[in-house]
Amino acid sequence: MRTDKFASHAGQLYGIIAALLAVFIAGLIVLEQIGVPGPIIGFLLVTATLALYAGIAVASRTVHVADYYVAGRQVPALYNGMATAADWMSGASFIGLAGTLYMLGFDGLAYLLGWVGGFVLIAVLIAPYLRKFGAFTIPDFLAARFGGHAARLTGVVVLFACSFTYVVAQFYATGLIASRFLGISFETGVYVGLGTVLVCSLLGGMRSVTWTQAAQYLVLIIAFMLPVAILSAQHFGVPVVQFAYGEALARIAALEQQMLASGLADPATLVRHLVPGEALDRLNFTALIVCLMIGTASLPHLLMRFLTTSSVRDARRSAGWSLGFILLLYLTAPAYAAFAKLEVYQNVIGAGLQALPDWIYSYGRLGLVEICGRAAASAAAVREACAAMPENTGVLRLGDLAIDRDVIVLALPEIAGLPYVIAGLVAAGALAATLSTANGLLLAIGNALGHDVYYRVVDARAPASRRLLVARLFLLASATLAAVLAASRPSDLLSMVAWAFSLAAAGFFPALVLGIWWKRCTAAGAVSGMLAGFGLTLAYLVLTQYGGMAEWFGIRNTSAAIFGLPVGFAVTILVSLLTPAPSRHVQAMVEEFRKPAGRPGMLDGAP
Amino acid sequence: MIGYGKQARDLPARRWRRTVGLAAVTIVLLAVLVLVVPAFADRLNAVVIAGFPLGYFMAAQGSLLLVLLLTVWFIFRQERLDREGGVAEPEPFDAGEDIR
Repeated sequence: MRTDKFASHAGQLYGIIAALLAVFIAGLIVLEQIGVPGPIIGFLLVTATLALYAGIAVASRTVHVADYYVAGRQVPALYNGMATAADWMSGASFIGLAGTLYMLGFDGLAYLLGWVGGFVLIAVLIAPYLRKFGAFTIPDFLAARFGGHAARLTGVVVLFACSFTYVVAQFYATGLIASRFLGISFETGVYVGLGTVLVCSLLGGMRSVTWTQAAQYLVLIIAFMLPVAILSAQHFGVPVVQFAYGEALARIAALEQQMLASGLADPATLVRHLVPGEALDRLNFTALIVCLMIGTASLPHLLMRFLTTSSVRDARRSAGWSLGFILLLYLTAPAYAAFAKLEVYQNVIGAGLQALPDWIYSYGRLGLVEICGRAAASAAAVREACAAMPENTGVLRLGDLAIDRDVIVLALPEIAGLPYVIAGLVAAGALAATLSTANGLLLAIGNALGHDVYYRVVDARAPASRRLLVARLFLLASATLAAVLAASRPSDLLSMVAWAFSLAAAGFFPALVLGIWWKRCTAAGAVSGMLAGFGLTLAYLVLTQYGGMAEWFGIRNTSAAIFGLPVGFAVTILVSLLTPAPSRHVQAMVEEFRKPAGRPGMLDGAP
Repeated sequence: MIGYGKQARDLPARRWRRTVGLAAVTIVLLAVLVLVVPAFADRLNAVVIAGFPLGYFMAAQGSLLLVLLLTVWFIFRQERLDREGGVAEPEPFDAGEDIR
């Protein structure tokens, strides 16, 4: 077996990368002190990180099928954990999560709870068994377990439904970040993102994506933690903000009471930060956690990462590592939200319209902060907009202010008066989060088309070189299509991203879990269960969003899988019981992949 | 001899039963941490520690850290079950590159 030079030297390599990053950031701080303008520093920072990813990708290019699909199955647990964390955390998660916690208060924590819980389900129910089985893709596993093209092609459809809109959203985010920070146009930003993604995934497939994702994790986590650590050291004297922002929470609660008493806030619209049930009722809160949790455990681009480890033990351990790496960001996000809220309640609400802080205007010019219904581009614009409002007293009330949720993370360095390098770092981190997720998703789509549709269904005798060529062409085509769509700013498509979790949960979870844990589960059962669960979920999403259908039991459509999941399980079980038990051969195969030791069910993706 | 043979045959089956049990326990504990504890946030919020209302703290950090602990515990338990069941993979250092 070939040994992977990346896998055997990963410790040294990423140690050097982390050290270089630290030196580089320190160097940029010096440059800023001696008067180099901010935009140039931001540009240097972003270009350097993109060059780093491209360098790793070129160094890890490959001509081997197993490298292309599963990184040669040599990724150590720790690095697979890092890569999975980067794969998992999208640009929206990096930039928008703290903003969501700001907007929804306590109820926003449903996202943290659900996503974190999903990784436990992966470690317990799915990852070790998928890894032992030895497939190249999720549809590949379904096809082998449930014999035949029906399960494979249903799997490809579900995979495409939950991955494609997600990719478009990643490219869209690239365009936004580039246009806000680097001063280049939105469209150029999208195509720069496309170029970087193609360099990272076309050359080495899963192998180069894995090793660039590990580097992208380093960049994104430094970018997320550094600003808030500095802020915390300034305010509380300790850089561990995660356990120090309690005081900020207490002051927020006190300010909320003051604002209600003085009439600055309207009790009907104020979302109290610490109180459950202010933004989501209890039923929706719980349903959202369940759907996010099961959806996380079913997303194909995430599950695919666990096929790359060198053993079943490492697959399970890497789920634990990725949870740890993700928690670093998740435990910090509530602190971001609390600091931003305290700043707004203390220094913005109740301030005279002449005396607003500068950051309001700099984000108002980008259209991200609206006051009295209009973009807060300048003090004059704010005064004019508010003068037109009835009952305005020249003081900013809570109801007059509308902040885009992305502002929370983007503006924090500026609010805290940190050097521009830090703001540039946040942009680089957001790009790392976006590109790493786009890479994982595109590889999932490209591999499903290249391996499952072309190799397995169309031409099972294709030689390795042609398989790789076709897989790369599909990747190129889907990436280009996604970027072109993103450049057209498709608002409907972007709003569908939230659907991915429910679609994946209802489409994949019953078939995967029952396929592994219930030997009696049959092909007919799994396929009809996938179709029923996925179909019902999709119908609920489309009909409530566009068909004007009333919500069932008031469940919002982001939690649509709460109906699709039980139906998927029930149909799978019922149809399985009504059809003859799987063959002795299939049952023996299930027995075999439940044991970590021994031969895999498939070798290099071939039975 | 008969007893030994029966035991050897039952070993994988017993390991699988215990694996199912461990999975069930882990998922029940997970549900307690991410579904039940946040549902009582209202009442827990009455307790304030270092400025943190306990209900908010549990949902924002406490439960999440406990979930991480739960995962680590599960991983070690499962690896022990696999070793005791005789189905664990060889340790990496004795696999030997040349043999593979």
